[in-house]
Amino acid sequence: MTFLLSTESSLGSHFGTSRTSAPDRSMYRRERPVPMRSCPAALYNNLSVLPLPAPGLTQFALVHGPTAQLLSAAPDGLPVSQRQLHTKDGAGPGFPLITQAYWCVLPFRVLLVLTSQRGIQIYESDGSVMVYWHALDSTDASPVQALFARGIAASGHYICVGTWSGRVLVFDVPAKGPNIVLSEELDVHQAPITDIAAEPAQGQDCVADVVTADDSGLLCVWKSGPEFKLLTRISGFGTPCPSVQLWQGSVAAGYGDGQIRIYEASSGALHVQINAHARGICALDLAPEAGKLLSGAEDSFVHIWKLSRNPHSGCIEVEHCHAECVTDTQVCGARFCDLRGSSFAVTGYDLAEILRYSCV
Amino acid sequence: MMRNSLVYYLHTSVMNDLISTMFNKKFLEELFKPQELYSKKALRTVYDRLAHASIMRLNPASMDKLFDLMTMAFKYQVLLCPRPKDILLITFNHLDAIKNFVRDSPDIMNQVDETFRHIIEVYGCLPAGEFQLIRQTLLLFFQDMHIRVSIFLKDKVQNSNGRFVLPISGPVPWGTKVPGLIRMFNNKGEEVKRMEFKHGGQYVRAESEGSFELSGDRVLTLGTNMYSASRPVETRVSGALKNSSLNTKDNIAARTLAKEELNFLARLMGGMEIKKTSGPEPGFRLNLFTTDEEEEHAALTRPEELSYQVINIQAAQDQQRNEELTRIMGEFEIHDQPQQSTSKGDDLLAMMDEL
Repeated sequence: MTFLLSTESSLGSHFGTSRTSAPDRSMYRRERPVPMRSCPAALYNNLSVLPLPAPGLTQFALVHGPTAQLLSAAPDGLPVSQRQLHTKDGAGPGFPLITQAYWCVLPFRVLLVLTSQRGIQIYESDGSVMVYWHALDSTDASPVQALFARGIAASGHYICVGTWSGRVLVFDVPAKGPNIVLSEELDVHQAPITDIAAEPAQGQDCVADVVTADDSGLLCVWKSGPEFKLLTRISGFGTPCPSVQLWQGSVAAGYGDGQIRIYEASSGALHVQINAHARGICALDLAPEAGKLLSGAEDSFVHIWKLSRNPHSGCIEVEHCHAECVTDTQVCGARFCDLRGSSFAVTGYDLAEILRYSCV
Repeated sequence: MMRNSLVYYLHTSVMNDLISTMFNKKFLEELFKPQELYSKKALRTVYDRLAHASIMRLNPASMDKLFDLMTMAFKYQVLLCPRPKDILLITFNHLDAIKNFVRDSPDIMNQVDETFRHIIEVYGCLPAGEFQLIRQTLLLFFQDMHIRVSIFLKDKVQNSNGRFVLPISGPVPWGTKVPGLIRMFNNKGEEVKRMEFKHGGQYVRAESEGSFELSGDRVLTLGTNMYSASRPVETRVSGALKNSSLNTKDNIAARTLAKEELNFLARLMGGMEIKKTSGPEPGFRLNLFTTDEEEEHAALTRPEELSYQVINIQAAQDQQRNEELTRIMGEFEIHDQPQQSTSKGDDLLAMMDEL
């Protein structure tokens, strides 16, 4: 159900320089949802989207628990193809759970990465063939520790994956073939990694191009390369940071207390603080060509924000664009379906379909 | 008046037996060990065992219904939990209510208090990220369960499609700010702009944080007795299964218990003391349906996907495992009689038989 907002300038001027946000310029309408056989797991960042070359066709990936599902759908919502992937049965009791599914777009290929309680599985983008398997190292773990990998991003020809210990694994990926190599292990975080993001504008001369986030809210900003270089650390003071994005030198972070904070990546200076949601944020996504940020949280709301750089101060500013209430649903995944952010998709716990919205 | 005191006695006796079994030291020792999430089948088996720890009996259909009710109620609590740490407050609400049930039995009260302290010790200082991991794992258990519960439907807490209503108003969780404000800063950290936006909800500030002490105002109502007023107990399982959630592989996985899980269950149940009565059982049977016929019908028409297939541990195939389990089951013999007026109860019931 779409929820169009009207703005009221009832707030007055007692804040001095305050004003209510501009009228809802981006109006989104609900499209046909993509049905699923079961509901997604209540995880962070539980949706990945890959637009396909065939016009109008979009591929979705999400996690149900011990399985991940890939679906491709046409604009009319009808599923075109469907595939289920399972955890590779490594050692250990029970049915291992998948924690995240994410498409990594590299310069010469697209790979699908699944992280689980056992390790990291990398597939060709349609999920047909597993090209690489990396088992989690349990030597440092105490018997009571829950092991898992979580947090996936691609930067250049590197794929970064986070783990339960805070260690980030960096894999070097060749242009084709299965010879993926573990290039580096980054040991800065002390809490389980939640999310990793890379600067989408690869062509530009970006110094900071990867950011890693963890359960304590710590953000680490890196320069990628044969040896990753740590540039900045930004503390979260104990509040988990489930989701993070990087855009033109700015880090956008969504926190477990419902706040979104935007920092200058190179210095760590706080530029924007938004009291965005009433419950923990579970997903953030970016439409790089328009500077749009999408946030989804357990409060059942999805918000779209417009990021811009003030030409005078050089600081990042934010405007609220759109609010969507996904009635009675705790959002667990939200992604733009195109680079301009004219459409987006949402998943929620207890919701057996992928909701889609597009600009009118 | 005789009937009233009998009802009161039976009620107290059942409560005391159930609670003292649940808070049995050995049982809890097993529970507190770090472990994987139980499968529905395993939990149902433990539940079954627990429910038979008193003179109360339930037929399979009523047992299924009770389990459904319990599961959906707990799903509701975990789902609506405002911040991950509040899962502890929900647990404390449960324990507070349990303590109230056994307030006249100091020994059992002690057992519960001990558990309380143990929980505070183990979980009191967990960081928020770990609580969220616990919550996310619990939600895995409840995934794809959408049984409709009468009391929830009537109270408009659950929709007719089995999903829970998520209010977009009321107090925000402790530590969260009311949505609606954007603050912008310059490189010196000075606020340069402030904007409000319409977020769509009707939230207000949280007034206070619940207490994490042995006793105190928990503030949160999730986990308090939803049946404090007399309420209907119907649940509806039909119609919730149109889109069957499990594919074949998952189904098979759900039906077989991993060897580790079976062993774990055996150890867990080894910690439970079950009342064994010689001769005809004097207990009473609890029927959660309106008539016996309805209960029988429910048992026959229960959908396949919701069949819990409670394991009869003694019928386990593996010979060696069977021996080990039989040995553990033998340890169920009660060593010390609880300080109850059990004999008085037996006499009372024997008297009833003679009437």
